[in-house]
Amino acid sequence: MLDIVFWVLALVAVGAALAVVLLRNVFRAALSLILLFLVIAGIYITLYADFLAVVQILIYVGAVSILIIVAIMLSRDVLQGNPSGRMRVPALVVSALLLGMMVLSAVNTEWHIEDMPPLAPTTAPIGARLFGDGGFILPVQISAVLLLAAVLGAIVLMREK
Amino acid sequence: MTVGLEHYLVLSGVLFSIGLYGVLAKRNAVVILMCIEIMLNAVNISLVAFSRYVVPVFLTGQIFALFVIVVAAAEAAVGIAIIMTIYRNRESVDVDKFDLMKW
Repeated sequence: MLDIVFWVLALVAVGAALAVVLLRNVFRAALSLILLFLVIAGIYITLYADFLAVVQILIYVGAVSILIIVAIMLSRDVLQGNPSGRMRVPALVVSALLLGMMVLSAVNTEWHIEDMPPLAPTTAPIGARLFGDGGFILPVQISAVLLLAAVLGAIVLMREK
Repeated sequence: MTVGLEHYLVLSGVLFSIGLYGVLAKRNAVVILMCIEIMLNAVNISLVAFSRYVVPVFLTGQIFALFVIVVAAAEAAVGIAIIMTIYRNRESVDVDKFDLMKW
């Protein structure tokens, strides 16, 4: 059952990513990017990462996609389409080579797979790992500072002179 | 054949390569930002897959993916602010015309 769900989600994800790169209309590319974000949330669910799936929907589908659509609306290049530059063929070669290398190394490596069942609701364990003893409390606080700096930087950059 | 770690890693690699092609080949700066988001999401898939299959009880990969999402949100906000500032000055989001730091 989970296998069928994975294959459907993987096909839709690859199709949506190709649509982002290949579609002529930038606005439609953004819409298929939103579809890709939703599908990746589904892939997280097949990996038993329920909290991360909800975070993905909240932040990517909710916030980042709105930001990107607003940027497309503010810049009038929607009508000019989504052209490729002069580097199209070299870019294709480089990404195909990288894909081949990644697939070969992922398939040929002997991964150490644990047979333990995954944690079912992950929200409480993630909270315990983040804020508990020997956890990630310093990175959490640093990321709060990073977000504050990003918001201030965006406001300063966008402010009318 | 049941779906295992390799399937998720290959899917992540395919998405990463598509995003890399978009970043290298496209001329619209907003589309390049979208392709960077695809690449970050591909990395997140492989992190969560490692967390599920290699260390199922420690959740380290999921926490790492959480921090990647935080940094990606900050990057999207600042990146779009930079693109809109350049658009305001140059009336274009074509990266081939962004040569104002070239001497």
